[in-house]
Amino acid sequence: MLIKKPEDIRYSEVTPKSIYWNRRKFLAGIPAAFLAGRELLSPSARAWAGTKLNNLVKSPFSTTETQNTYNDVTHYNNFYEFGTQKDQPAKYAQNFKTDPWTVSVEGEVAKPRKFSMDEILKLAPIEERIYRHRCVEAWSIVVPWAGYSLSALLKQVEPTSKAKYVAFESYWDLKQMPMARPEQAGIKFPYVEGLRLDEAMHPLALLSVGMYGETLPPQDGAPVRMVVPWKYGFKSIKSIVKIKLVASEPSTTWKMSVPEWYGFYSNVNPNVNPVRWNQKMERRLPSFFQNHPTQIFNGYGDQVASLYAGMDLKKLY
Amino acid sequence: MPKIRWSKVAVFLLCLGPFLWLGWRFWNQDLSANPTEFIQHFTGDWAIRLIVVTLAVTPLRKLLHLPALIRFRRMIGLFAFFYASLHFLTYLWLDKLFDFQEILKDIPKRPFITAGFTALVLMIPLALTSTAGWIRRLGGRRWQLLHRLIYGTAVAAVVHYYWLVKSDIRLPLLYGTLVALLLAYRVGAWLIARRARATPRPSGKRIEPAIS
Repeated sequence: MLIKKPEDIRYSEVTPKSIYWNRRKFLAGIPAAFLAGRELLSPSARAWAGTKLNNLVKSPFSTTETQNTYNDVTHYNNFYEFGTQKDQPAKYAQNFKTDPWTVSVEGEVAKPRKFSMDEILKLAPIEERIYRHRCVEAWSIVVPWAGYSLSALLKQVEPTSKAKYVAFESYWDLKQMPMARPEQAGIKFPYVEGLRLDEAMHPLALLSVGMYGETLPPQDGAPVRMVVPWKYGFKSIKSIVKIKLVASEPSTTWKMSVPEWYGFYSNVNPNVNPVRWNQKMERRLPSFFQNHPTQIFNGYGDQVASLYAGMDLKKLY
Repeated sequence: MPKIRWSKVAVFLLCLGPFLWLGWRFWNQDLSANPTEFIQHFTGDWAIRLIVVTLAVTPLRKLLHLPALIRFRRMIGLFAFFYASLHFLTYLWLDKLFDFQEILKDIPKRPFITAGFTALVLMIPLALTSTAGWIRRLGGRRWQLLHRLIYGTAVAAVVHYYWLVKSDIRLPLLYGTLVALLLAYRVGAWLIARRARATPRPSGKRIEPAIS
């Protein structure tokens, strides 16, 4: 497969230095001191400070765009198992137990097996991949993930010729996730996602075990998650316990919930605007303004567009 | 008299409180990683809360025998309009950068925006005619009739909220239930008043309708 360098970014997309430094100044100020003090007092709040990942390999897929701060990325996200508001996962996932952890890889494969986290961490060299991350809600961030291509894991189990899709399943446990009830969150659990096999085997599809040079904090999908940077964020399933290779298109959580709003593919696309979402523009956080034109495939078109050759992306959204 | 004035000041400050709180958090850059979304949700939440409070004034007056509460209704209603306007402004400015071509396409195309826009537009004549002068000019009955547009605003605001949430419908359902109860009260009061009118009392006195 031909791997091209990511498109260069335009200077207008970079957060102006003054804004960047203003934020830094603020973060270094009173609120940060308050947070730091609170962290020292409460041992459970320290859990998200992950373990350092050493010897990360640099990746040609990384963007040079300005990264969002660790605090912003880890305190503003959706993880419905820990609440439907964006500030809730950071509060309610702190005691999430991710050790021991196994991922079962099964289905249409020659060698189905379970992988322990230790095995997953040693399966391939862990790379740092700085990706743009685009939420379906029309905001975007830049995150330095750590992990390797999912293909490295899938090759271990030898998918058979019947395998056409990959179905993923998240951990679900009401004892640890008391808010993960359909009558509260409005979606079904466990969270499930899926990719076509060729999408899953694409080198950009990242099996991630960390971010910002550390293991994943619980609210961001510890201990292992997917990052599929050319698709809307909800496709990047968190806290994976099962990966099943299957013959037909698997069900996916948000598509089951509102099929008019979310498709199986959910590729970032400014030209596909289901009735709820206007995807033409996006807001690169922490900016106030929605002044950043959405790029098709989130700017990864050079690498992934060929996967969809001949497909009507307006119908198969 | 001074008691009334001070209670009005207190209600004014209570209604202004959320705005001051938002300003304080803005000043401290404490509006989350997505400040626009934070401001949008915050102003929308307070708009719909105050719409519900405005609608609750009449039932509370009657049920608690506190007719004096009427003094606060105009102010609370105007604050609801204030927060709703801020809410709309964040859409016009922060989301759409005043790109009116895009906005005019967006409003009819996206039902949740159509509903929210309707709720706001219905409030405009109410805000404009909220003065004593306008009550006089229109006459009490006509003014009252016009101001029933707030029922439309309340329903449209709930629909807006219900259509925009992704899957967690608990809050839209809560506001929907409150608005339904407050409107049901009016229907009930109207039915009772009609029955009372239909059976004239021996004294011949006309009974004032309980709705306003």
